[in-house]
Amino acid sequence: MLTKRHLMTAGAALLVLGAAAVAQDSRPSATTAAPAGTRFITVASTTSTVDSGLFNHILPLFKAKTGIEVRVISQGTGQALDTGRRGDADVVFVHARAAEDKFVADGHGGPRRAVMYNDFVLIGPKSDPAGIKGSRDIVAALRAIQTKAAPFVSRGDRSGTHQAELTLWRDAGIDLAATRGSWYREIGQGMGAALNTAGGMNAYVLADRGTWLSFRNRGDLDILVEGDKRLFNQYGIMLVSPQRHAHVKQADAQAFIDWVVSPEGQKAIADYKVGGQQLFFPNATDSGA
Amino acid sequence: MDVTQALSAAFGLVFGGDHAFYAIVGLSLTVTLSAVVLAALIGLPAGALLALARFPGRGAVIVLVNGLMGLPPVVAGLIVFLVLSRSGPLGSLGLLFTPAAMVVAQTLLVLPIVIAITRQLIEDLHGEYREHLASLGLTGIRAIPTLLWDGRFALATAILAGFGRASAEVGAVLIVGGNIAGYTRTMTTAIALETSKGDLPLALGLGIVLIALTLGINAVTYAASRVGARFAG
Repeated sequence: MLTKRHLMTAGAALLVLGAAAVAQDSRPSATTAAPAGTRFITVASTTSTVDSGLFNHILPLFKAKTGIEVRVISQGTGQALDTGRRGDADVVFVHARAAEDKFVADGHGGPRRAVMYNDFVLIGPKSDPAGIKGSRDIVAALRAIQTKAAPFVSRGDRSGTHQAELTLWRDAGIDLAATRGSWYREIGQGMGAALNTAGGMNAYVLADRGTWLSFRNRGDLDILVEGDKRLFNQYGIMLVSPQRHAHVKQADAQAFIDWVVSPEGQKAIADYKVGGQQLFFPNATDSGA
Repeated sequence: MDVTQALSAAFGLVFGGDHAFYAIVGLSLTVTLSAVVLAALIGLPAGALLALARFPGRGAVIVLVNGLMGLPPVVAGLIVFLVLSRSGPLGSLGLLFTPAAMVVAQTLLVLPIVIAITRQLIEDLHGEYREHLASLGLTGIRAIPTLLWDGRFALATAILAGFGRASAEVGAVLIVGGNIAGYTRTMTTAIALETSKGDLPLALGLGIVLIALTLGINAVTYAASRVGARFAG
């Protein structure tokens, strides 16, 4: 029926027009340089940097200096790297060294620059059914949790924290695939959700210290194991390859990366404190990081 | 945490003069209302056509549209994400992680509701008034404008149902919008974020504001339709 087809076409056109109208005031042209004031880059980063409030602290400083707005999407490290691979971000800012090196080696971006570190802590209920409180040995603590089959919440989302957790289980000589039972609970969500879940189930959970310090719903949870050097958590930043994705805003994105690793950016990171505690420790000048 | 804290958080948000919060509310309303308007512009005529047209496979189309009322928001979000991603077919538009992408995703969610309910309403109305319309020379699709006008108050409910679905959902806007602070953060994604930060009073406070807004919009629509019905006699 002719009229029907006309209406459908009109409908589809309206949908696109409407979307474009909404986009117009908020989105600079995808192809040309944006006018001053609406310059922006998109950064795919991790839930730990967003949930901890770090970006809220440092991005206004960068914007004041350069006029570049930084739009941050908070994802797990695995997903953030995927976002970069698809070309949906200009910069990735994550924490999982092996995955970052693979990203660079595969030509999706780089070079990788070290930015800062904090550390992971093992959180658990104050009642501590596995009896690990005060230990500095994360590997022994995980063995105790597994032996007692005490509830443990895993991120299960390919995030940097999830990948670190899996490495620690391997270091503990525990084959999760073979030994995991109902005590090991993968939730496939971000750090905050994992902490909420652990609180609700009186379970253990591996968390980055930054998210833990700024987390508000601690309930009966506390830090039980910390200080093991295997709990070190390094963050890195990379430009998404402009060769693969021509629309990547190379100049502005590089300006952000350069600022983050500059003395000024590094000081901004060090200055971010929650309750008087520093959350992230800049180490861009540390050649081994 | 108790409800008092949440209520005081809600009160603080509404009257605290926090521009970031007002921007979030504004974006939520803009995105949702744009999606509802687009869905109404497409869905009302499409639903009416589906009610009156007779063609092979019509039953299958009706089942499909009715079924899509249950389209999971996260799936709608994923589809729009894949289409708008730089690596997807419409990637060159650069629409991913923008409010426009959120409008498209929510339109997809609202459209089946508007089409399905319109189809049912118009079909019933047409059954009732077919002969009367025919006596006025309005047969087939020429009856559509009259039928839509006569059914306008009932159709408002279809659009409100669509509004409810769009304003309440978080899965689609989170995937295609990215929950970027100050740009694509809406009421629902902000609630999800505050929950994950463990700030439950603030999350619930935002929820209270969202529910109040939804109630307010429904109240205005109800009042308008009552007034309209009185004058329409």
